[in-house]
Amino acid sequence: MVTAEQVWQALAEVADPEIPVISVVDLGVVRDVRVEEQRVHVEFTPTFLGCPALEVMRAQMAERIAELGAEAEVEVVLDDSWSTDRITPRGREKLRAAGFAPPAPREAAAPKLVQLQANGFRCPYCGSRDTALENLFGPTPCRSLRYCRDCRQPFEQFKTI
Amino acid sequence: MQERAQLLLEIADDELILGWRDSEWTGIAPFLEEDVAFSSIAQNEVGHARALYELAARDLGTTADELAFDRTPEEYRCAQLVELRLPGWEHTIARHVLYEQADAERLERLKASDDAEVAGLAAKIDREEVYHRLHAEMWLERLKDEPRFTAALDELRPLAEAVLDPSLRDGHTPELAELWDEMTSVRRSQPAGTTW
Repeated sequence: MVTAEQVWQALAEVADPEIPVISVVDLGVVRDVRVEEQRVHVEFTPTFLGCPALEVMRAQMAERIAELGAEAEVEVVLDDSWSTDRITPRGREKLRAAGFAPPAPREAAAPKLVQLQANGFRCPYCGSRDTALENLFGPTPCRSLRYCRDCRQPFEQFKTI
Repeated sequence: MQERAQLLLEIADDELILGWRDSEWTGIAPFLEEDVAFSSIAQNEVGHARALYELAARDLGTTADELAFDRTPEEYRCAQLVELRLPGWEHTIARHVLYEQADAERLERLKASDDAEVAGLAAKIDREEVYHRLHAEMWLERLKDEPRFTAALDELRPLAEAVLDPSLRDGHTPELAELWDEMTSVRRSQPAGTTW
């Protein structure tokens, strides 16, 4: 019989299709795994609601669980339980190493434009904090664009939500 | 129709139709940053619509796709503000500012709802909407003294009230039917091999 631990291990190999350096477990989108006999129930929280990667992640999780010989039930939980604070320290480091600046920790109040336009966001390439906001929006809903004034490199900043 | 499903459809229709209108800037915005911004905002709004339709579909015993695409234009519950095709940039930004202000207030009310599913989804949506509001705020600051922009704001302001007060939603503009025709054309054509 499959165990919850085996399921977690299998899910740790399912990559985010848009940022393949990070797994769904490190992204913090797997909220719960329950095993009942041959049936595995996974609670999955979307990152951004319009993210096209969601369906792919859901299908890949079901596929990996099926490979363990169990029947998967991936439930999409439409509540507020995911924030970028759920990304694990290991996930944040993997993002940084791949050139995506990890999200700043979420504060009590929502981000303000003046904060995002200020210095203080670290360049993932050279570590400088002398960086400027180029665009609140980027190539996917989860990313903004910034520019490093030190190494003169544009980079993608994971949005804090 | 059940009260909750009706409320969810009003908001979902606003977000779907506005998402379609925002996506019309993809490829033709005045500069690249705005092309990316409006494409991304459109993607978020359609994503919010989908989540809201899914919740409504459960109450109504149907699917999100059927709610989004299989109703007639008259059956949509969106506000006229989101239906208009606005090829002028000043009008697009004016609508963006007005809609985001109204939507922020609507989300605050929903987050305080006794219905945990509605409150939870509203809080989730609001996390993303923060960035839409920052974008609208940036443009408001940039254009606030431009006469073309302030005229567009005055022109569209009366339509913004219906975003917050659905009892003011009275019929649709002809532009909704035109958009609907385009939006549902692939689904209605039933290409060979499709099963929806």
